[in-house]
Amino acid sequence: MIRQFGWNEFELLLFAARWTIVLALIAFVGGGIGGLIVALLRTADNRTARAAMVVFIRVFQGTPLLMQLFLAYFGMAIFGFSVNPLIAAMIALTAHASAYLGEIWRGCIQAVPRGQTEAATTLGLHYFARMRYVVLPQAARIAVPPTVGFLVQLLKETSLASIIGFVELTRQGQIITSVTFRPFLVYGLVAALYFAMCWPLSLGARRMERGLARGTQR
Amino acid sequence: MYSFNFAPVFAQFGRLLDGAAVTMALSCGAMALGLVISVICAPARTSHIVPLRWLVGVYVEVIRNTPFLVQIFFIYFGLPAVGISFNPNPAALVALTINVGAYGTEIIRAGIESIHWGQVEAGIALGLGRVQIFRYIILKPALRTVYPALTSQFIFLMLTSSVVSVISATDLAAAGNDINSETFASFETYIVVTAMYLAMSTILAAFFTAVQRMAFRYPQGR
Repeated sequence: MIRQFGWNEFELLLFAARWTIVLALIAFVGGGIGGLIVALLRTADNRTARAAMVVFIRVFQGTPLLMQLFLAYFGMAIFGFSVNPLIAAMIALTAHASAYLGEIWRGCIQAVPRGQTEAATTLGLHYFARMRYVVLPQAARIAVPPTVGFLVQLLKETSLASIIGFVELTRQGQIITSVTFRPFLVYGLVAALYFAMCWPLSLGARRMERGLARGTQR
Repeated sequence: MYSFNFAPVFAQFGRLLDGAAVTMALSCGAMALGLVISVICAPARTSHIVPLRWLVGVYVEVIRNTPFLVQIFFIYFGLPAVGISFNPNPAALVALTINVGAYGTEIIRAGIESIHWGQVEAGIALGLGRVQIFRYIILKPALRTVYPALTSQFIFLMLTSSVVSVISATDLAAAGNDINSETFASFETYIVVTAMYLAMSTILAAFFTAVQRMAFRYPQGR
């Protein structure tokens, strides 16, 4: 029996979109913490720490997120945890976001003129005070537009969690397609919902970028 | 304690290599076709003809703000409803091409915008034709500017192409899925597949850097 696509089905898609947002937020917060650590170690004086972060970033930026999700998913079973698609997706997306944000923020930290660090050192500030009060506030200003841009990428990439069986927007679309047989309509709507979430962010990122470019013109 | 067993995976290594060849073929094909789209769409994105500008704008924004997975579902499962159907591999190529075309358009447009207008005026003053101005004064220097962005986009495309395994295309990730379902050595299979993707992206990155050093040295007077 073929179910009609009606208001109920659309509502199911909307509810599933909330999971997409939740997943993206978890990954963004986790990736933000991880990314800050990666960026700080990547710009540290310690050579070993720097090299380790180069490898970390290379591995996570050089392999497909889909494979990272599979490894997290099947890896959980191997290390004796019960397999849970949400946890696996959280782990993979957080590590993935840490690598990308770490690389973005490394660039922002390095864009702060060296003289700032030197002046802070001269004033007797130690590493944490130097970072907290001098370098990071200046880096944060230029970091906002690319970070928001990455958030768009992350929101889209949460769709891959559907492949390991987590029911978010894309998976819900598949489920509804399999009972209504309206793939054109359903996937069109799913795409429209993603667009509604991502486009405002993209526009915001672009506007901020332009504002920043104007602000730093000489 | 789990004991790793890579033997059944390496026994099937030939199939993984075949899959890797399909992954490379899809990525290169999509990149080549996507570049054609980009070079056509980039000038149209800033065209005086409003409907054209809007059309390209909608294409670029829609593709860049929706997940590739949904795009490929739409193309492979959705389009047959309106009478357009593909086999898995061609569908994968079409989806990847449309996807990278949108990103490429933005990259090329940024490159074109980086060209100072005075250069074009100099070209006009020298009596160059419209096509010549576009080719020598806009496109070529713009390509040099956008080369790093384009090549990292290509590597990103190659990694993204793993998603086409969900519509049963025959790429590297799909070969991994097949071996996984036959051997049940899931973790080992995906470790090997992931390592192969890493090798491919690392080699490509090194290759592109070498090409950049050779091909895009700034012309110097003698």
